[in-house]
Amino acid sequence: MKVLRPIIAVLLLIVVGGLLGMSHGTQMLAGVILPSIAFLVFIVGFIRKVLDWSKSPVPFKIPTTCGQAKSLDFIKADRFDCPDSKSDVIVRMFLEVFLFRSLFRNTKAEMHDGPKITYGPNLWLWLFGILFHYSFLTIVIRHMRLFTEPVLPGLGFLEYIDGFVQIGAPVLYQSDLIFLGCVTALFIRRLIAPQVKYISLGSDYFPLALIFAIGTTGMMMRHLFRVDVTAIKQLTLGIVTLDWTVPANIHPIFFIHVVLVSTLMMYFPFSKLMHMGGIFFSPTRNMTNDTRAVRHINPWNDPNIKPHSYAGYEDEFREFMVDADIPVDKPLPPKAEEPAEEAKED
Amino acid sequence: MAIPKVEELRVSVASEPNMFTGAVPKADWQDTFTEFKEGNFAYPAKPEMVEYHGFPNSRIWSPDEDDWKLPDGWEKIILDGLKERLGKFRSLKLYMDICVRCGACADKCHFFLGTGDPKNMPVLRAELLRSVYRNEYSVGRKVLSKMLGNRPMTVKVLKEWFMYSYQCTECRRCSVFCPYGIDTAEITMMMRELLHLVGVGINWILEPAANSNRTGNHMGLQPHTFKQNIEFLVDDVKDITGIDVTPTFNRKGAEVLFITPSADVFAEPGIFTFMGYLLLFKHIGLDYTLSTYASEGGNFGLFTNNELMKKLNGKMYAEAERLGVKWILGGECGHMWRVLHQYMDTMNGPADFLEVPKSPITGTVFKNAASTKMVHISEFTADLIKHNKLKLDPKRNAHRVPTFHDSCNPARAMGLLDEPRYILDAVVPKWHEMNENCIREKTFCCGSGTGLNTGEIMELRMRSGLPRANAVQDVHEKYGVNCLANVCAIDRATLQPLMEYWIPPTGDDPMATTDVNVIGLSELVGNALVMDGEIENRDQGLRFEELVTDDTEG
Repeated sequence: MKVLRPIIAVLLLIVVGGLLGMSHGTQMLAGVILPSIAFLVFIVGFIRKVLDWSKSPVPFKIPTTCGQAKSLDFIKADRFDCPDSKSDVIVRMFLEVFLFRSLFRNTKAEMHDGPKITYGPNLWLWLFGILFHYSFLTIVIRHMRLFTEPVLPGLGFLEYIDGFVQIGAPVLYQSDLIFLGCVTALFIRRLIAPQVKYISLGSDYFPLALIFAIGTTGMMMRHLFRVDVTAIKQLTLGIVTLDWTVPANIHPIFFIHVVLVSTLMMYFPFSKLMHMGGIFFSPTRNMTNDTRAVRHINPWNDPNIKPHSYAGYEDEFREFMVDADIPVDKPLPPKAEEPAEEAKED
Repeated sequence: MAIPKVEELRVSVASEPNMFTGAVPKADWQDTFTEFKEGNFAYPAKPEMVEYHGFPNSRIWSPDEDDWKLPDGWEKIILDGLKERLGKFRSLKLYMDICVRCGACADKCHFFLGTGDPKNMPVLRAELLRSVYRNEYSVGRKVLSKMLGNRPMTVKVLKEWFMYSYQCTECRRCSVFCPYGIDTAEITMMMRELLHLVGVGINWILEPAANSNRTGNHMGLQPHTFKQNIEFLVDDVKDITGIDVTPTFNRKGAEVLFITPSADVFAEPGIFTFMGYLLLFKHIGLDYTLSTYASEGGNFGLFTNNELMKKLNGKMYAEAERLGVKWILGGECGHMWRVLHQYMDTMNGPADFLEVPKSPITGTVFKNAASTKMVHISEFTADLIKHNKLKLDPKRNAHRVPTFHDSCNPARAMGLLDEPRYILDAVVPKWHEMNENCIREKTFCCGSGTGLNTGEIMELRMRSGLPRANAVQDVHEKYGVNCLANVCAIDRATLQPLMEYWIPPTGDDPMATTDVNVIGLSELVGNALVMDGEIENRDQGLRFEELVTDDTEG
């Protein structure tokens, strides 16, 4: 059910997109109004989430140190896995965001008789993950052709590189293939890796299924239905210039694609996909490991929390302390009382 | 609780069907529940301990009974507590939102590797809380509850929080591998804080915390007893080396206040580490004092809630100020250094009355501790060795072939990795590293940290300690490693039974309890020190063990 329902949901979205795309009367809704709203929801939702995170303070400086700290001169520090300065943190964050540094550490533990636990390298997730994200990014940038006139500088070059293998006409983009391949791999991974399958929720399958459908409909437009790109660009450019028009004869597949993309944009800020923004906020990664050198301030630190006082401690144990020759701040009361006590004992 | 024989557990950890050995539970995790039974939970806090700390809902209760005697309106207390903490800790809020359940953390947890319980995969441990968070806060929760994996706050959920937040040692190993740095320690801390709001906690944490508050140390040693224990150690040092290393207590005007976990004062093998400290300070003529008031380096508040952590930690600065010392030197301890390095200055600073620590022997200024004014003994010792201020004879440790266990907190919450190694190089003839996936930032927990080193959960501890024990066994078999060096008092208390269990003795010595003994780094330092005026041809180590004498060179 966890797997099936998200797939059904995506199929339903495809049907809705198809229906809306079939008649010119509803194409305005599916192709222009919906994506405009979705884009606003995405932007506003994203910003709201980020602001919401920002509202909560970071009371303690808690970097996860993944290497030697800067300490003594003769001990070599691991600057980027255990950053000491802001610039080191920037490098650490760059490595995390652009190279998935932490995921690159991944290992696979296996239990053998003995018992013997082994730890082998395990880079598949890193590989699929990073290829997926970069191909996605490439595709998003390529789509900027539809929203800019004249097109952004450099886009032509990107397209040239992306179509470098020169297969088919229109040329097949490698990013499309990698993108679909990785989404499929990540989906299958959730189905066959027992531990990952067990932890997966519907909300893990849904975005993968949605993104798969987006990629597939996109490629179908280009390679199967050979849609009228000029008409589409008239529509998309119209969205950003607020000159909303729906040219005739746009194939319904386009509207399916747009409905799916709109859904993704609206789903994004309210889901785990916000890891895109969240990674920049993670206190275990974006803080310097210099807590002993520079005091970190906790805005809600409560000055009224005091330790059990030394005076109270000494009051309780003064006699024992004096007997044991431990210095005390306040002397014992005069010894006059002692004979009386001794007399009692006798 | 009877613990299975090691021969049995060796077979069952590898062959019993569980998530780690490859079996998949039929039911979704939302629909399973592990029953509490003797042996899988730490005993609940005694009512008087709960009252001592001023925590609510003190009562006699037991996790294996159905009724936990929760207060009226407990759901609201928990949910309000969650809301408050979401507003106070960005880490919590963020880590509730951004996990993608990629599973990279799953097989990184020692509790998962040792038990195969799916809820010990860090991602699921966090989902226990996250499912409730989403149920309260996620958009679309009303219609998509099932798909989002949401759960209302029920007694069953609360009981799971208790079980699995006390099957996590806040070791942060998962956070090293998480692509977003999600730190289960943050989540476990929050779950434990929330549970205390309704009177659910364990005695092995709250009682030591109460002791630390009242007497200064977690065993509740009163000042004279504390001093007496140390005097026994002084006598032993005298017998072994002929040197009088008598320290001072609560002395005003000393240059340095030395604070170490109190376990080093009263329990083997920590006491040998303490003897090492005493010899080291004598060797360099350090002007230092001990304190009976601040006689606990460890902080059981860290395992309870941030308020108690601050309260217990406050003694260190208070005592340093009262005694008028210049700076504080801290002994070997893992979680103690988590608190000192990442929390102390923020909570109880600024310590303006102290000076930036400067080694009186080498003149080195510890700039990395410029604000906190507290230096780790390994930093201090490494600096002394670098400047040739110690007369060391590593051959005195020739009977030791150590490997080094990085403690979770110095490794992953401090970055203290190479100082101990630098010291080891200087004090033993040879030592060996464990598998690279089990050391440094990837080190495995002893399995009993965060207040879990209590006897009633021994099987659980032996299981969660298995990844560590397994890596030690590997170097024991490969290189003849016979001791496990570390810089942590909890390690010294917990790794010894772990070694005794998983690596039982094979030699002829009838007194031996294991082939790999646990040893504090400073014991190795102290044992290697050649002291001025020591007895000639010293032939005993700090444990009164016979030293290997090399006649050919003699």
